[in-house]
Amino acid sequence: MKTARAAYEGNIFDATLEGDQLKLSNGKTVSGQEVVWLPPVQPGTCFALGLNYMDHASELEFQAPEEPLVFLKGPNTFIGHCGRTKRPQDVTYMHYECELAVVIGKQAKNVPQSEAFDYIAGYTIANDYAFRDYLENYYRPNLRVKNRDHSTPLGPWLVDAADIKDPMNLTLRTFINGKKVQEGSTRDMIFGVPHLIEYLSGFMTLHPGDLILTGTPKGTVDTKAGDEVITEIEGIGQLKNTIV
Amino acid sequence: MSINVRVRINSRHCDELIEASSKNGLLQVDARSIKSWASPVHGTVYGTLLNDRKAVEAMAQQMNEVPYKHPPKAPVLYIKPINTLAGHRSDVPLPQDAKELQTRASVGLVIGKQAAKVNQNEAYDYIEGFTLVNDISIPHNSVFRPAVKENARDGFCPIGPWVVSKEDVTDPENLKINVYVNGAHKQQFLTDNLVRPIPQLLQDVTEFMTLFKGDVLMVGCGHNPPRVTAEDIIRIESAELGVLENKIGRVPS
Repeated sequence: MKTARAAYEGNIFDATLEGDQLKLSNGKTVSGQEVVWLPPVQPGTCFALGLNYMDHASELEFQAPEEPLVFLKGPNTFIGHCGRTKRPQDVTYMHYECELAVVIGKQAKNVPQSEAFDYIAGYTIANDYAFRDYLENYYRPNLRVKNRDHSTPLGPWLVDAADIKDPMNLTLRTFINGKKVQEGSTRDMIFGVPHLIEYLSGFMTLHPGDLILTGTPKGTVDTKAGDEVITEIEGIGQLKNTIV
Repeated sequence: MSINVRVRINSRHCDELIEASSKNGLLQVDARSIKSWASPVHGTVYGTLLNDRKAVEAMAQQMNEVPYKHPPKAPVLYIKPINTLAGHRSDVPLPQDAKELQTRASVGLVIGKQAAKVNQNEAYDYIEGFTLVNDISIPHNSVFRPAVKENARDGFCPIGPWVVSKEDVTDPENLKINVYVNGAHKQQFLTDNLVRPIPQLLQDVTEFMTLFKGDVLMVGCGHNPPRVTAEDIIRIESAELGVLENKIGRVPS
């Protein structure tokens, strides 16, 4: 099942997807064009991974990390499907990052890899934009690069964990104005989803609604105002964002 | 003279105002009916690193070397996630993989309304009040990577005991924060020694990041945060903000 959150006629609804229609929690069925899409979950703690794909790590001329490179993001940064993200005027390099987003389904502490999938509610797509001009070497990647307002599109919907047979073998693609610019597979993660849940829950408690953005493969290029950026993950869908 | 401070106490899930007054030079309440204290704030808690002049001076040379290469331009920020939040008198768990912890005493700006692109001349319009924060971490010399594993353990961010309204604080830019461990004075942190004073910090942070009502922005911490270990008692004191006291837990078995 796919679930979403949307604003419609002045209210906010939970919704389920029926084909390309949204069935709102009040029973009404509407099309995706009629609603304002919101992030499918209201994120609790959000973890994001840097350098978690071998090819992207080498592209950035870094050695693969020995331990997951984790950073945190705040609630200010998330926007829904078909949203707009601002490119600041002084920026020369702003790139998308298509990422598998894992939503935690139940409280998790000291979870071994072998049981990690039991703690997942579902999956969605994140586009974790980076504004590289602002990169500084203190608590890097710093919040000014990775936690800007409205700079992490999330959605369009949450796909139940049970509906994704092998989350570690999904193709990710990004298209700018219809042209494919990024392609990779979740099987190339350095630290896979079970490893990340074991690692994080090994030193802190995870809660339902917490999010893990699992990193991006190679192929990140600059985007400009006016570009339509679609991040796509096999079995989940396509998340659209426009740069303004 | 007494004032009202905002608290969450006795496991009740609502904000309450209780009376506080200055005794022996510190803001205090009659705590006889208070069995437990929760964090008085529930939003996102952001920390600021390297905002104390002495701390920056001490690191000045390193800042021009690898891996830092340059002094920071923007505020150096981090997030204390919700699992770290705790209240006055809570025990801070000592993790199995840490012998010592460090205690970064700070003042938290409690945000009163949605704050985006704030001009520093209007900064205090967005601040509800102030609270004390005992920002605990596992000591880490390198601040190159975000140090989530060191900063984000359960119970690593006692806050409180209460929020003091800005109207009841004489000069937030001239607060003295004293840190005691087992009764011995270990550190003094002064908010008049900040690289970015409160209004400028709020301006520079909200330039790219919205803060919401109930969020907390810590203004920084002093140089050489005290080290603590199992069963130590940490007291963070400030005349107009009160006393935040927490104990480090036992060595895990």
